[in-house]
Amino acid sequence: MSTEEASTRKLILYVAGETPKSLAAISNLERICREHLPGKYRIEVIDLKKNPQLAREHKIVAIPTLVRELPIPIRKIIGDLSDEQKVLINLKVE
Amino acid sequence: MSDSRFSTKSLAKSPTGISGFDDLTLGGLPKGRPTLVCGTAGCGKTLFAATFLVHGARELDEPGVFVSFEERPSDIIENVASLGFDLDALIEAEKVVIEHIAVDPSEVAEIGDFDLEGLFLRLELAIDSIGAKRVVLDTIESLFSAFTNQAVLRAEIRRLFDWLKDRGLTTVITGERGDGALTRQGLEEYVSDCVLLLDHRVQNQISTRRLRIVKYRGSSHGTNEYPFLIDQGGFSVLPVSSLGLNHRVFDERVSTGVADLDAMVGGGGFHRGSSILISGVAGSGKSSLAASFVDAACKTGQKALYFSFEESQDQTVRNMRSLGVDLGAHIAADKLRYVAARPTFYSLEMHLALMLREALAFRPDVFVLDPLSAFTETGNRTEVHAMLLRIVDFLKSEGITGVLTHLTQSGQTVIETESGLSSLMDAWILLLNRESNGEFNRELYLLKARGLSHSNQVREFVMGGDGIRLLLPYTGQGQALTGAARRVAEAEERRRERLREIEAEKAQHLIEQRRRRTLAQIEVLRSELEADEAELRGLVQVETDRRTQVETDEVEMRKSRGN
Repeated sequence: MSTEEASTRKLILYVAGETPKSLAAISNLERICREHLPGKYRIEVIDLKKNPQLAREHKIVAIPTLVRELPIPIRKIIGDLSDEQKVLINLKVE
Repeated sequence: MSDSRFSTKSLAKSPTGISGFDDLTLGGLPKGRPTLVCGTAGCGKTLFAATFLVHGARELDEPGVFVSFEERPSDIIENVASLGFDLDALIEAEKVVIEHIAVDPSEVAEIGDFDLEGLFLRLELAIDSIGAKRVVLDTIESLFSAFTNQAVLRAEIRRLFDWLKDRGLTTVITGERGDGALTRQGLEEYVSDCVLLLDHRVQNQISTRRLRIVKYRGSSHGTNEYPFLIDQGGFSVLPVSSLGLNHRVFDERVSTGVADLDAMVGGGGFHRGSSILISGVAGSGKSSLAASFVDAACKTGQKALYFSFEESQDQTVRNMRSLGVDLGAHIAADKLRYVAARPTFYSLEMHLALMLREALAFRPDVFVLDPLSAFTETGNRTEVHAMLLRIVDFLKSEGITGVLTHLTQSGQTVIETESGLSSLMDAWILLLNRESNGEFNRELYLLKARGLSHSNQVREFVMGGDGIRLLLPYTGQGQALTGAARRVAEAEERRRERLREIEAEKAQHLIEQRRRRTLAQIEVLRSELEADEAELRGLVQVETDRRTQVETDEVEMRKSRGN
């Protein structure tokens, strides 16, 4: 496994409509990644209001939910990601 | 069940399909509102919810969504299959959707504010996919272990219940019983419409499930604890009889199978739908008499249900053959259903439920419970009495003739022991087994028979190869005797009769002799009289002859003198 691949984080953020919580989560995530993981991340934002069946498929209960699919194991973070340090710990970025 | 009988203007009801429960609540759960079903682990919350959902989907065209927070869908399908529900088929037919919402706390971190919109979206999707009218949330409290921010969770659960109510979904929410509270997380705070409590208690090593309606806003409901049971026939609640005393009555008679007994109550037997108690000590012939009832019913094309708590089917069939009663043939012809169980196998309520259900399924004309006293060992007197009341009420309302046997302990005062039973019974046949002169004799006495003129005699109860016969007792000499005493008395009577006959013959003989002697004497006297008369006649003749001679002589003499 190359270092390049291992360090790339595939992040999926599930939101439901343009609620304040969702918008806060999106901006918090983008800011944290930009500052701490420049060039080593891919963010995908999924609006479950538009695709509710994805909530079932991906077993999402709480909103917003951030799923780190890579590197494995999968980790889930829920909430508006307002605590930067905690987010970094959970994304394993030191 | 949502027929006119339950049409209350105040509150629309959603039938659960749980027999007994819908009657108890006058129609079921509040329609379009959430109901909380709480109870300890293993008390049947999930099955209650599943029955509610399946009934709606299957019978009422009200599709339902089962939201499981714990068990996987495959487990749920398997579990409810034991109640005879085919969830797979209902899922196939798009009548039921199982939504499994699992949250593993180990893979989730909470950072900042969140809500459960994902849950709402999934629920909405599931509800809209089949047009659901009913929802089950089992057990939403699992969420409390998945999330650390309880304040958010509580607010979201409150929002969820309101959301369900706004959409007019009849919802069953299950909750685990907590210490001192109805549910661990205090869900009862959020559900204000209807709260049910299920309970599972073990008493004398026999477990009984009970249901209580804690709260039912806007509806009258029973407040008692009602026993319920779960078995292959489903979930059933057994309300204590509220039928009152307005049963139908029948003038039709039901034969007892014993011609002599029928005759004792004025011919034809007891009234249909009456409850007949047969009590007696061990070996006094209670079961045999009950079997004879069954035999009589089956022979006339009626059906009988026999509950035995002492003997197995084969044993009873064999034993009754000795009376010339072939129960086996009736069983084969589906005229008789024989159910044997140990009294300690279930609790009283369970037995009651099984009996009532069997009776409803089989629709018998005669119902036999043999013996009733088996229950006094497992329950206390009030419980047994309450159960009896329910059985008797049930039988009466269905027009079924009940035959209940009761084993009396020897030495007990019969009347005292069964005073509680007696008032429930229409007829009471007392079987006695009295010892006298070194033998026991079976006797039958009709203690009471409501609405029937009946003999007050104690009859001798004789069982033979051709059935039961009731012999008239010996009633001479100012007493009634049975058995050998009767035979002795009868023999004595015959002997005395013979003696009297002999005496009379002798007297007759004597008189005849005397008559003959008198006649002989009369004959002798008559001949004496004749002899006397002959002598008298002789003397008269002699006198006449002499007088004639004298006259002749005088004439002769005068002639000779010539004057």
